[in-house]
Amino acid sequence: MLFNPVVAQLTLRATLGRRRAILFALPAVILIALTLILRASHPGNGTNWPDHVLGDFGFSVLLPFTALVIGTGVLGAEIDDGSAIHLLATPIHRRTIIVTKFAVAAALTMVFAAVPELIAGLLAPGSRGLGFALFIGALAGAVIYSAVFVMASVLTTRAIMIGLLYVLVWEALLANVVGGARILSIAHYSLGIANAIHPDANLQAGLTLSTSVILGIVATVGAIIIATRSLSAFALKGDPT
Amino acid sequence: MTAIELTGVSRWYGNVVAVNDITMSIGPGVTGLLGPNGAGKSTILHMIAGFLAPSKGELTVEGTATWQNPEIYRKLGLVPERDSVYAFLTGEEFVRATAKLHKMPNVETAVRNAIDMTDMAEAQDRKISTYSKGMRQRIKVAAALVHDPEILLLDEPFNGMDPRQRLHMMDLLDRLGAEGRVILFSSHILEEVEKLSGTIQVMVAGRLAASGDFRAIRRLMTSRPHVFHVRTSDDRALAAALVGRPYTTAVEFTDKNGLQVRTDDFGKFCAQIAVLTREGGITLRELLPTDESLESVFGYLVASQPSSQGN
Repeated sequence: MLFNPVVAQLTLRATLGRRRAILFALPAVILIALTLILRASHPGNGTNWPDHVLGDFGFSVLLPFTALVIGTGVLGAEIDDGSAIHLLATPIHRRTIIVTKFAVAAALTMVFAAVPELIAGLLAPGSRGLGFALFIGALAGAVIYSAVFVMASVLTTRAIMIGLLYVLVWEALLANVVGGARILSIAHYSLGIANAIHPDANLQAGLTLSTSVILGIVATVGAIIIATRSLSAFALKGDPT
Repeated sequence: MTAIELTGVSRWYGNVVAVNDITMSIGPGVTGLLGPNGAGKSTILHMIAGFLAPSKGELTVEGTATWQNPEIYRKLGLVPERDSVYAFLTGEEFVRATAKLHKMPNVETAVRNAIDMTDMAEAQDRKISTYSKGMRQRIKVAAALVHDPEILLLDEPFNGMDPRQRLHMMDLLDRLGAEGRVILFSSHILEEVEKLSGTIQVMVAGRLAASGDFRAIRRLMTSRPHVFHVRTSDDRALAAALVGRPYTTAVEFTDKNGLQVRTDDFGKFCAQIAVLTREGGITLRELLPTDESLESVFGYLVASQPSSQGN
């Protein structure tokens, strides 16, 4: 079995119980609050602020950072504090642990990033189509980001820093300047999907739907396989003299 | 029957050798893995538990290699040294979750047995974050026992326990060993091992310094050369008396007042020093062993290899 409900329950309680749950709930609240404030101050269909709020903030900031905090935390936090050993000293297959952790991370990212994006899209004037497209794109992004960030947390103890560099340098900078960098940008996979549902020049999608879907699947499956292999070789440090 | 078998096992981290060419067999009963900090005890336990690959050699638990083999945890329980547990759970929830992860057919009974065995019934509904270090240790043991393993590995299990908890844990491990389980625990405290185990494996600087029956190794430890600092009312008279005795190997006047006496028979020296001073009319003011650290005891065992092998 690929999914273990006990592992999922432990992961959910560990993730939502920590104080940093506030950290990933806060941006979602800000997105919705910002939408409400702008709707009140700039009403009407002719305004273009929804593109910036939903696209630039909701999609390019809220989604990757929420996925980063959750994805690196679901297993990485247990590895860092040593409690993962209680999970690993059971006959549960490592693949099951990774898939379950990934599923929980993806689901939580959807709740805290994709759903707020949909709510904001519904609240913003004349943006229902865009909001829905970005919601679908964010669902896909939540899945791909989660797989990659869970993998990073198994491979390195500096997953958050590496994730931040990836989001800020690769995705926000390089992928917007160098066309080829988009091939390795999860944000562009998600944008490619959103743009296919609701074409919008302001989204600046650089990949087609088929490319986005194929690369997204390759990244997700590849990350899960690498994470499983790495967790299978999980080693405790002894006491070298 | 031998449950745990290590043959020529070494483990190194870069240029640092943590465990060097260890060969040992561990069967049912309680076995203590004794050695000073940094001796390689945890490395050995981690390798046996499948959380570290040997760099060289062969390591099996009941004939099966443990590295990258999660199936081994059906018959093996591990109590790690690190204090980290799921602190947001209650003790009972933690043990129950572990029972479910082991897919126990009767979770309720397994949880009850493990909690009763470790005397944690009273505190089972409290969050682990409120537990003392000793209680955390016991709930970890409960979780490690919940699937009724044949082999239980414990890394420094008495750390942080008060004397009553320590005795309770010793009694529990003793019972588990008497039931025919393989109990292997590490410790750097000689007295803990002495009280609990019939068999010990002494490790020093990554090597197996002595192995076998505890009493034989204890004898070896006490018959090693000892050095005492002695201060009396007449050091020269006592030095003259000591030089003529067969158990004295060296006498030296120290910079401070007093003598440094080296003996190869701890028991005779301790018995005779009182007689010699009384007969010579000398007042004994100070008698101090100067090399009683565990490191020096272990160091002697290493130096006396391979003749120190007890089995």
